[in-house]
Amino acid sequence: MIIAERKPLAEILDMVKDAKKILVLACRGCVSVCSAGGEREAEILASLIRIGLKKEGKKAKVATNSLVRQCDKEYIDTIDQFKGKYDAIVSTACGVGVNFIANLRPTDTVYPALNTSFLGGSAEQGIWSEQCGGCGDCVLHLTGGLCPVVRCAKSLMNGPCGGSVGGRCEIHANVECIWQSIHDRMVRIGQADGMDRIAPIRDWSTATHGGPRKIVRDDLTI
Amino acid sequence: MSFTPNIQAFCCHYTSQQSLAEGAEALHADGMPKNITINRLVCGGKLQETTLLKAFEEGADAVFFVGCPLDQCHNKKGSARAAKRVLAVKESLQELGLGAERAEMFHSERGFHQEFITAAQLMNKRITNLGPAFGGSK
Repeated sequence: MIIAERKPLAEILDMVKDAKKILVLACRGCVSVCSAGGEREAEILASLIRIGLKKEGKKAKVATNSLVRQCDKEYIDTIDQFKGKYDAIVSTACGVGVNFIANLRPTDTVYPALNTSFLGGSAEQGIWSEQCGGCGDCVLHLTGGLCPVVRCAKSLMNGPCGGSVGGRCEIHANVECIWQSIHDRMVRIGQADGMDRIAPIRDWSTATHGGPRKIVRDDLTI
Repeated sequence: MSFTPNIQAFCCHYTSQQSLAEGAEALHADGMPKNITINRLVCGGKLQETTLLKAFEEGADAVFFVGCPLDQCHNKKGSARAAKRVLAVKESLQELGLGAERAEMFHSERGFHQEFITAAQLMNKRITNLGPAFGGSK
């Protein structure tokens, strides 16, 4: 899922400093699961905005609401129920949600409450880690299911760099050397020979290096 | 100009049971400041960040929570959860420039103990010295 975290409050308060009617709009998708932008977090943020404005001697109406997701047109359309009631929407969705509102409601003012961080999972309660770089050319079938693109600090495709010590990455002792882990796992699952495969020079055009990406499914488009 | 802070205390049902059984008069006689309002929750685990924040919205100058010792929570982790939420509020108050010291977590044994009163007195003294949370003067 998409992992995000709330922006510094000063940054958010600066966005809404001139607004009089603010809607903090939660997303019940990924950011709800990672406790960054669901209904509970939106309620907390709305309260913090009210307190922050109160401290500055400003008055504004701050309300909350939520959408099932902010990354589908059908759900964005339900924003129309708020039309004219707010002069600023603070979205607690990921960057996709903020972009979708901006795309589909050209005259609405929308601000991001979160910094969208990465594609990851919950390592344990309260801790999330990056697992996928969304590079558009998956190699997990060749690396034992562990991603060298995003879990190797250098995105190396042909084994470790030589800087790792004791299975830890040279950038930080808390970071595992994913190539060490790939090797260990390939041995465990009987695919050690796969380590001999030379990966070709990678075409990064499927990643963000090729500009904004789009998938068109003719079997689904109407 | 004198300043009497509006302090909202939140406490666990079990932690405060015997202290509150004494009644307001007796508590005040024992030294509980009269400007502290006690809000009782079924457990520290029930405490929400929004509960503490709403108190500030409604005019509180400070909040604090009194829960059981971490290893004596009737519901196992309620007191630990409360401490985490108080910590989150402290961090937010610091970010807002109101000061983390306007929120505090205390752990106290069940039954009537002086430390229940001491926590309130400590907060009252701290916030009286600090001044109002929003504008105004001491």
